[in-house]
Amino acid sequence: MSILINKASRVLVQGITGKVGQLHTKGCAEYGTNIVAGVTPGKGGESFEGIPVFDTVSEAVRETGADATMIFVPPAFTADAILEAVDAGIPVVAAITEGVPVIDMVRAYDIVRHSTSTLIGPNCPGVITPEECKMGIMPGYIHKKGPVGVMSRSGTLTYEAVWQLTNLKLGQSTCVGLGGDPIVGTSFIDLLKLFEADPSTEAIMMMGEIGGNAEEEAAAFVKDHVPKPVAAFIAARTAPPGKRMGHAGAIISGGKGTAAEKVAALEAAGIEVAESPADMGTALQRAMARK
Amino acid sequence: MKIHEFQAKQILRDAGVAVPKGLVARSADEAAAAFKELGGNLAVVKAQIHAGGRGKGTLKENPQQHGVQLVKSADEAGKVAGALLGNHLVTIQTGDEGQTVNQVLVEEGCDIARELYLGIVVDRAGGRPALMVSSEGGMNIEEVAAKTPELIFREHFHPDTGLLSYQARKLAALLGLKGKTVRSAEKFMRSLCRVFVQCDCSLAEINPLVVTGDGELLALDAKINFDDNALFRHKDLAELRDISEEEPAEVRAGQAGLSYVKLDGNIGCLVNGAGLAMSTMDLIKLHGGEPANFLDVGGGAGVDQVTEAFRILLSDKNVKAVLVNIFGGIMRCTTIANAVLEAYQSVGFNVPLVVRLEGTEVEEARKLLAESKLDIISAEGLTDAAKKVVESIQAA
Repeated sequence: MSILINKASRVLVQGITGKVGQLHTKGCAEYGTNIVAGVTPGKGGESFEGIPVFDTVSEAVRETGADATMIFVPPAFTADAILEAVDAGIPVVAAITEGVPVIDMVRAYDIVRHSTSTLIGPNCPGVITPEECKMGIMPGYIHKKGPVGVMSRSGTLTYEAVWQLTNLKLGQSTCVGLGGDPIVGTSFIDLLKLFEADPSTEAIMMMGEIGGNAEEEAAAFVKDHVPKPVAAFIAARTAPPGKRMGHAGAIISGGKGTAAEKVAALEAAGIEVAESPADMGTALQRAMARK
Repeated sequence: MKIHEFQAKQILRDAGVAVPKGLVARSADEAAAAFKELGGNLAVVKAQIHAGGRGKGTLKENPQQHGVQLVKSADEAGKVAGALLGNHLVTIQTGDEGQTVNQVLVEEGCDIARELYLGIVVDRAGGRPALMVSSEGGMNIEEVAAKTPELIFREHFHPDTGLLSYQARKLAALLGLKGKTVRSAEKFMRSLCRVFVQCDCSLAEINPLVVTGDGELLALDAKINFDDNALFRHKDLAELRDISEEEPAEVRAGQAGLSYVKLDGNIGCLVNGAGLAMSTMDLIKLHGGEPANFLDVGGGAGVDQVTEAFRILLSDKNVKAVLVNIFGGIMRCTTIANAVLEAYQSVGFNVPLVVRLEGTEVEEARKLLAESKLDIISAEGLTDAAKKVVESIQAA
């Protein structure tokens, strides 16, 4: 078991014929992902690496039964691609694209939140259920099948955590990158619910960062609803105030969303907090030993 | 992207949001002429720099001179402008060096009955833009938010419907506005929310928003930031950028597609991914060092971009050692290794270099660096990397 995707997932790639789409379609296919279709408007009827390409998502779904999609279209068209996938009823939508205008995502999210689809991202590495299905841009080989659910607002920091876990012989059930933008489709709480309900997930590792209050809300949710052991790391604990660093979330504003507040909230919820980014895997080990 | 107050006010004026009459001056003579043209017996001369806190800020060259000053004659307007222009204004947001004042805004004085606060941002939790208002205008709003959150009122709005009339009236009532001022507030707030969406703003802030003696709302100050990701569809707004206001190394990095923020420490960092870059800075601090920068080379950078990143790092005179921390996903470790070799040739390293690589093509990359026989300190894992880079400075 796992969350969101597994070896039965039938994956669609939106933007399959673009440079980035091609590269990662190959990478995912090599990992073993069952890629059943691609969509590039205007290229319907063609194929890429033996994968049929369609003009629209609804045709692709009708012809191939795709039930998950990853989106690599350019930022200006990403919100539209997300809504096309939602309209076609695809349950899991991972938008990898970076640089989507925030107002576009406000409009899209307003529809996504009332739909049956789960949107991961945008501006995220995607989702992977190790040894079953990789839907994104993460290096596959660092992952190992196992009991830890991983979720993060950052891409490469997720790889770091996964690598530490794998080296400690702690495999992963599913790893999800939420994305670094102000508006993303899925929150820590959404995933906590899924991981808590998933029998194959025995513990949860989360990586947050300064800014906003997503980590505080997650902490409150864990306290009341998640008996499984949870470990966390907060990035940018030492960032100087007022500087924005890459992620829109990483802004300290007026004492709200500081690392100290987040760490305090997490610890108060019984979450094991890693002091150093080198200590994420061992923090999860400690959390598992405690329960 | 940030713009100047006078640019923000022009955008507001064009959109029907009430702002005071004002003129931009780039010399003392222009400022004096502006005073005459405004025609009143009172005006305000405001230094135009991107940082906030200008009113309390003072010139580095002359601490008697504040960034915002009241003047009562053309002669005085000229003198104040002459004192400000070309000098450096130091505010709580600029750092000790301050920012050069290249232009001033000369604005008519107005009769202030009340000072309010108004701001619009996209609220992550609500998933929509939120208009926030407070009766505590002119103050440090972050302090108000922290100490007396009950004095801040907010309404979310959908980009396509904008702020609805009743929402504006509701906020006006909460602010204690009466009679015709409610109508003025409705127009002001709804127009501003429209600007926020149409211009793809990431921030629009009016502090203070004043109620004048005759009951009208007026934007006494205006701060607008744009969503960088949306500038592709606003060529006119993109032209408002003033590069002289930005850190040169950050501009250079931006041109190479790198995300760079200069800091005050002495360990240069080159990392892929914002989260890992921030964590690397944490790690350095944890081991007693101080990062000189945040630098995210991103996933798609090639050898040229990464080499440029090294040039930027090494051009910072404070940098006494460099730490490269790469977890290759899309980024191949071999790209980084080749850039290290290229930088050695074309830039030259005069400080210790510690390299930690993991991920895509890591074995090939390690081999490349080892075979180069260059003086590179290789590290295994995060802690080892941080310790080695901090030690390398202490040893030097």
